[in-house]
Amino acid sequence: MHLLYLILVDPFVQMGTAPDLLAQTLWEGLVSGVLYALIALGFVLIYKASGVFNFAQGIMVVFSALTLVGLYAAGVPALLALALTAAVMFVLAVGIERLVLRPLVNRPDIILFMATFGLTYLLIGIGELIFGGDTKQMIAKQLYLPSGAIDLPMLGGVVRLQKLDIAAAIIASVLVAALTVVFQYTRIGRAFRAVADSHRAALSVGISLNQIWIIVWFAAGIVALATGIMWGARSEVSFALEVVALKALPVLILGGFTSIPGAIVGGLIIGLSEKLFELYWGPLMGGGTESWFAYVIALIVLLFRPHGLFGEVIIERI
Amino acid sequence: MTLAHETNGAAPSSEAAPVLVVNNIEVVYDHVILVLKGVSLRVSKGGIVALLGANGAGKTTTLKAISNLLRAERGDVTKGSITFNGTRVDKLTPNELVRRGCIQVLEGRVCFGHLTIEENLLTGAFSRRDGAAAIRRDLEMIYESFPPLRARRHAVAGYTSGGEQQMCAIGRAMMSHPTMVLLDEPSMGLAPQVVQEIFDIVGNLNREQGVSFLLAEQNANLALQYAHHGYILENGRVVMDGTAENLRENSDVKEFYLGVSEHGRRSFRDVKSYRRRKRWLA
Repeated sequence: MHLLYLILVDPFVQMGTAPDLLAQTLWEGLVSGVLYALIALGFVLIYKASGVFNFAQGIMVVFSALTLVGLYAAGVPALLALALTAAVMFVLAVGIERLVLRPLVNRPDIILFMATFGLTYLLIGIGELIFGGDTKQMIAKQLYLPSGAIDLPMLGGVVRLQKLDIAAAIIASVLVAALTVVFQYTRIGRAFRAVADSHRAALSVGISLNQIWIIVWFAAGIVALATGIMWGARSEVSFALEVVALKALPVLILGGFTSIPGAIVGGLIIGLSEKLFELYWGPLMGGGTESWFAYVIALIVLLFRPHGLFGEVIIERI
Repeated sequence: MTLAHETNGAAPSSEAAPVLVVNNIEVVYDHVILVLKGVSLRVSKGGIVALLGANGAGKTTTLKAISNLLRAERGDVTKGSITFNGTRVDKLTPNELVRRGCIQVLEGRVCFGHLTIEENLLTGAFSRRDGAAAIRRDLEMIYESFPPLRARRHAVAGYTSGGEQQMCAIGRAMMSHPTMVLLDEPSMGLAPQVVQEIFDIVGNLNREQGVSFLLAEQNANLALQYAHHGYILENGRVVMDGTAENLRENSDVKEFYLGVSEHGRRSFRDVKSYRRRKRWLA
């Protein structure tokens, strides 16, 4: 009885008695959810266009952040370094299209998937070779990202919002909105969705797969760069950041691999729920729930809705 | 075949300048599987040419060799040449070829199932550079040619009927402003009435807009009603060609492809051995 009380009633009593703590937790969940959503977005873009789960997305986040920091350390002004990093991501996209996607066209998906493993280790190797394996500080201030916090007195307490988190949320929202508009309403976006639907048919109507692939991998690279800056600024830039990408997996399962809105909503749900669970239910099992709770959610979703909340239902005429 | 010698050159349609000339091509899949063993054909400007033959005869492969979609399926043209509007095109990518005005409509339609009909049509204009106004105008024209599509313009293509999807696929190809359309098996899986409707539209597009068609079809009877010229493929070779009229009247074609003969109906088993003897021993 007491255990049931601890699970079903006590957490909500706590939420009621300290609403400011609840608000703080919700805000933190929201921010990490936005960042999860950004990573998941990179996966979704590539999954839709190339039909492959890009294992290298996580290392692309690290690699872009390292490049940015490394260029700045080499004496390049911060904003120029940002532009150069974007250029590097473009070169990377072209390289991947030429050396990985083009030779492997029409091979089974699993081969492409394995190729992204190879890509991961290649990028780790190159990254360590050029920038070294030690952790670095993100150049947040030089990129005009705000620091410090705003204390909002509310709900009988104080909720502290990091300015950096606010900036992260805004930048992520803008990025997502821009991508959504591009993919829904432009010629390139339409072509992207056509490619996602059928490579063969897209090729036959004169859509250049190579061009679309480069654009999409570049877009995923830019998303990775944004994620790398935000995440790097909240903690630090190191290869450990790559693990964050694994958090995108439950987000994708929840939101559906093929849905951009799904990636966002999935990210927010995962971010919020794991923070809430950690705070209110975590102590019951000795804490540390944040590292696995997302996967439990993913499992439950897989049981009841295998294509995710927003994933494309397979349309089949019989 | 004697028929080929008689009609080659005498056919009225081959006097016009050819848009497409396929010269003795050989196609190999995966470096080992020989599929086409020397196929030659020509399509004259504004002509409809039917490519007939049974399953596995090489019709689809011939079309894909022309549109260069073959390479994405691990196939390769190892011999011969393909000329479109007077220039060699065998090394171009599919999208370069579409830009030059030659586009393929795939077998089984293959619309983009999650896009609406209108979005499907617009993807056909991807390779064009003549501006949004011209594309809008052409979209309107497609809706004139395919009235059912207008009513379904905002429907998701995956949920439309087979006939609508076939119209969508042809309309999508027309959006690229082609002078030559390679149409693969437009009758596949459709009700006879719908097939008729689609062939009528193809006939209209040919007459009114001067688009040439190379039409791969199993329904020889129907195809020869609309085509000006026909080629018959068997085992990766052209075994016969002639004007549609001549082919319709030819007793072999009647027997093998139209299912009619002087001796009444024959069972397929009889025809098979008979045909083999006639083709390879003669």
